[in-house]
Amino acid sequence: MPAASDFRALERQNRRETVMLVSGFIIVFLLIGGAFDLFAGTIQIRNGHLYGAPVFMGLALIFAVVQSLVSYFAGAPLILSSVHGQPLTPDTPKHQMVLNVIQEMAVAARLPVPKAYCIPDSAPNAFATGRNPEHSIICVTQGLIDNMDREELQGVIGHEMSHIADYDIRTMMMVAVLVGGIAMLSDFMIRASFFSSMDGDSDRKDGGIAAILMILLAVVAPFLSQLIAMAVSREREYLADASSVEFTRNPRALLRALQRIAETESPLKEGVRGTAHLFIVNPLAANADDEGGFFANLLSTHPPLGKRIARLQAMLAAPAAAAPVSERA
Amino acid sequence: MTILLIVVVALVVYVIAAYNSLVSAKNQVDNSWRQIDVQLKRRHDLIPNLVEAVKGYMNFERDTLTQVVEARSKAVSAPDQATRMAAENQITAGMGKLLAVMENYPQLKSDQSVMQLQEELTTTENQIAFSRQAYNDAVLSLNTKIEKFPGNIIASNFGFKGAEYFKAAPEDSAVPKVDLGLTPRA
Repeated sequence: MPAASDFRALERQNRRETVMLVSGFIIVFLLIGGAFDLFAGTIQIRNGHLYGAPVFMGLALIFAVVQSLVSYFAGAPLILSSVHGQPLTPDTPKHQMVLNVIQEMAVAARLPVPKAYCIPDSAPNAFATGRNPEHSIICVTQGLIDNMDREELQGVIGHEMSHIADYDIRTMMMVAVLVGGIAMLSDFMIRASFFSSMDGDSDRKDGGIAAILMILLAVVAPFLSQLIAMAVSREREYLADASSVEFTRNPRALLRALQRIAETESPLKEGVRGTAHLFIVNPLAANADDEGGFFANLLSTHPPLGKRIARLQAMLAAPAAAAPVSERA
Repeated sequence: MTILLIVVVALVVYVIAAYNSLVSAKNQVDNSWRQIDVQLKRRHDLIPNLVEAVKGYMNFERDTLTQVVEARSKAVSAPDQATRMAAENQITAGMGKLLAVMENYPQLKSDQSVMQLQEELTTTENQIAFSRQAYNDAVLSLNTKIEKFPGNIIASNFGFKGAEYFKAAPEDSAVPKVDLGLTPRA
């Protein structure tokens, strides 16, 4: 399989990115803990020397490591519960068909069959997550099941299967859960700095600097985390689109699915801000990305739907270039 | 002396790596083949159900159905791989036709159990097609490794042989003949 080695290269890249993400996460927490230590006076800088015990840094380290472990081993169920996903059972013919299509695409991708989940929402969308192909899940919305025919479903599931094959799911899962952690902590810090400034105990100079640093972190952290989420997901969508075509040998499948999604434009109702980058199309507003502009581009988790459709149309026009190996490297 | 040692060590490491990669390519091929086999067996099991399900309705594509049943028994009792594959390809062609034609029978489509069977047949056909695709990809990767220099030296020394592609049935370019002579058998 020409693409197998490419998947392995992408897997290695994803491994690197996950390691970088987790170490970055731990470093950010250490910095925040250090700021707390300075602010609370548990460590002090005198004549260029450090005194005291970095209690908060230690706590932050423990928290960051635990949070990373939880993200890795329990990320998928956490994400599923945050989007209200339920196990998909073959109770209706259409559900049976979805389960069958998942099995078919697993065969095409030579992967174990992922567990299937369903979000009771009428907006057509889907995502895959998990720490590896053996522990992967594919989650589709009821809207996707209702609106797509078999061919279109194959295109969408093929796209998700490619995210599983190259371990995008693991990176994306870690981003989702760790980003959630950063957002939580920065909220907490905004509150903490608000209360401590009411104490009137801000005459110490280093304490003042630490407070500013904390506020800065509190403001920057969510933005930073959002930036990470966006940076790691856009190129992946193009790659997964291309691999979906490789699996189905049919550019029309995903093309028709994306066109149908473009027609519906109904954002997901459930709170998905932290998990938006997991989905096949932006669940916040499927078409919003199309307005373009530099900032819209920078701040979006997905490439514009129009551009993805155009690329698939190009593949349809030139079947020989359906899966350009060079593009996957 | 040291240089010679380095060269020898590098050579040994290369041979081990090349050998292992050949073994895993070979295992991929075997594994993919088992996948196809599972699906083909599943199809064999479904064919009697199909015959049973549609016979109560009409003279549903009698000829094609008979061909499929005959090809099935040929495949089951095939003495060698080539005959079996020829028979399986015949079933694939017949199945494709039957599934396409079933769409045109409203009576069939209103029957819940027939619809269920149709879905099961469709997914089996798709899985056969996809696993054949995966198998051929695996064969391509193995054969490339065996033929390319310098891998070919190692392959021939350890007796690795290329695998055979699973060719699809010669494409039935003719549009499936739609037999709409609905004559429900009372």
